[in-house]
Amino acid sequence: MQASFKLAFLIPLLPLIGFLINGLGRNLLSKRVTGVLASGMVLFSFLLSLQVFSEVREGASAVISYFDFIRIQGLQIPFSFQIDALTSLFLLIITGVGFLIHVYSTSYMHDETDASFARYFAYLNLFVFSMLLLVMGGNYVILFIGWEGVGLCSYLLIGFWFKNPAYTKAANKAFIMNRIGDLAFLLAVFWIIIKTGSANYGEVFSFITTNHGTPKFTATDITIVSLLLFVGATGKSAQLPLYTWLPDAMAGPTPVSALIHAATMVTAGIYMIARSNVLYSLAPLTLSIISWVGLATALLAATIALRQYDIKKVLAYSTVSQLGFMFLALGSGAYLAAVFHVMTHAFFKALLFLGSGSVIHAMGGEQDIRKMGGLAGKLKVTHATFLIGCLAIAGIPPLSGFFSKDAILLNVFVHNPVQYGIAVFTALLTAFYMFRVLIITFYGSFRGTKEQLHHLHESPWVMLLPLVLLAFLSIAGGWIGIPAVLMEGADSLGQFLSPILPTLSHPISHNTELLLMGSTTLLVVVVIIAAWFIYRKKAEPPSTGILRVFENKWYVDELYEVIIVKPLTRLSAFLREWVEPRLIDGLVNGVGRSVQYTGRQLRFLQSGQIGNYVLLMVVAMVVILFVQFFIRK
Amino acid sequence: MPINYYLFLAIALFSIGVVGVLTRRNAIIIFMCIELMLNAVNLLLVAFSKMHYQQAVAAALPIANPGVEGQLFVFFIMVVAAAEVSVGLAIIVMLYRNIHSVDINFLNRLKH
Repeated sequence: MQASFKLAFLIPLLPLIGFLINGLGRNLLSKRVTGVLASGMVLFSFLLSLQVFSEVREGASAVISYFDFIRIQGLQIPFSFQIDALTSLFLLIITGVGFLIHVYSTSYMHDETDASFARYFAYLNLFVFSMLLLVMGGNYVILFIGWEGVGLCSYLLIGFWFKNPAYTKAANKAFIMNRIGDLAFLLAVFWIIIKTGSANYGEVFSFITTNHGTPKFTATDITIVSLLLFVGATGKSAQLPLYTWLPDAMAGPTPVSALIHAATMVTAGIYMIARSNVLYSLAPLTLSIISWVGLATALLAATIALRQYDIKKVLAYSTVSQLGFMFLALGSGAYLAAVFHVMTHAFFKALLFLGSGSVIHAMGGEQDIRKMGGLAGKLKVTHATFLIGCLAIAGIPPLSGFFSKDAILLNVFVHNPVQYGIAVFTALLTAFYMFRVLIITFYGSFRGTKEQLHHLHESPWVMLLPLVLLAFLSIAGGWIGIPAVLMEGADSLGQFLSPILPTLSHPISHNTELLLMGSTTLLVVVVIIAAWFIYRKKAEPPSTGILRVFENKWYVDELYEVIIVKPLTRLSAFLREWVEPRLIDGLVNGVGRSVQYTGRQLRFLQSGQIGNYVLLMVVAMVVILFVQFFIRK
Repeated sequence: MPINYYLFLAIALFSIGVVGVLTRRNAIIIFMCIELMLNAVNLLLVAFSKMHYQQAVAAALPIANPGVEGQLFVFFIMVVAAAEVSVGLAIIVMLYRNIHSVDINFLNRLKH
């Protein structure tokens, strides 16, 4: 089957070519050329991905090795791509959603100058390239190249408007917090290479399967490696305690938030853990840590999202919360449900972000929902698609979010009922905060300035088309994973991924399953109606008590400021003001000064008196002879 | 004659030369003292050469010309010394033309 993936290398290569052309020719190309080129490259990648996907559906899978990336004594790391069901699914998500967002961006970023327009698309193409490398890589090292590449692009795009110092600070924050996770990830890769002598997925996993429990790969090794990989994932996928960069990452352009910080990059951690499911299935301790961290993140972020007024901030915290759900699923051993949720989340969260971008575009850059209201009449398409996105994320059947969230909740219920209770509560919070945003933004009366009201307009069709397509996907995207209880044999996603991920089987009877499903849905509907009555008429009262804590994001940023940033700056100040001038400068200047002093003293030897010179010569020779004959043996 | 006598004589000559160089200020006398040291060394070489010759003859060693190298050295040193003297005296003459003295303490301008 190897030959059938002949063109697979073009999938990441095309966006790279787009990056090079747009990046190098940014002062020469017009916006039209740039936009068409960048979008076209991703479209071609998408078409190739479709072809790969159709072949994988027929059972093909392959590891294609192109050349040796690293070759030293006892270690060989090829530059290889592994193409299987998991990869092809992610390829479709990345290139498909990526293409729609590229198209959307050509209109959204139209106010930029030619050069920065091209710079934007160059970064975006570079991102797509890195992300494709990440999911296609046949070993942990290639994955790491993509992993770092997406981190770099995230940094570049968050700080896209780099003239604003607050934005560059947000970019730095994202980059530095990701570094913490990346370090752990790198350590895990080193550990794997030392223990197994390879970084290729196939060899590593077969080594672990045959040798786990033996001295070659002890239980401690498994726990350490899986935990380190997970720490890497918490950085990239914004989990506790490294999630605070993601809300700040909203400083970037909105399509970037949709593509990188909702649909693709932040799911890299989930991809990585799902890919390493063989390893994680052997590490029950790590799995339970993952599930609790995911659950805590989901709950924390959902409570914060309840009281945010920046439309993008709400969506950002919602993303963190949904990522927490995915990690909860991973921790419960439901890799399939996590990947399913990655997919549906990519659809509806990209839709919501692009919808918010359309709103922000219409409002002339305004992001505060308190200044919006009543937009439904003017922005009909945006409103309809945003409503679909909200229904999908809230989990109303038969939209996509319902099926994926239900799969997660069901597995959590089997795994740990306590976690299930918290997870359902979090799901209700999700529905509440999403409809809060929807109602405040689109219904009621307009609260902005007259000028904004006059300016208010629906976005051009180039922006609406991706919205409509994503809305369609948000509705229908879940139909490939319908559980057996509703329709026998309709879980085509599970069948598709079964060669890679363990299929879900649980001892729950169909009646219990239906009961859980029905009651959750009913509760969600009740919460939505409650939100309608709370926010329909009157503005939100100022936050008090616990709500103030929510509004201030649990003071986590302040906490980090106090326990990490402040001591660090104080340490640097100490180093700068004390160690640097006294110790380092003292040492360096001391060397110079002592040389000068010695030189000044020795200068007197050079008197110009020939007699002195001769005397010194004679004395020196006597000394040398003395040493020669009496001391040296 | 035992070799010791030669050695003592050579040491005495050499020491006189050294002390002369160190204590005198007249450039010509210093120059003569340097010659004295050179010749002390020559004397040593000749003495050792003779000693080695006698030892080789006494032990009936099958060597063609025992101890001849020392004497060869002496000739070389004398030739070189002659050349050196001519250069040195030329320097002193030039010195005298410039500063009208051969006192080396007036030569400290070299340091600048």
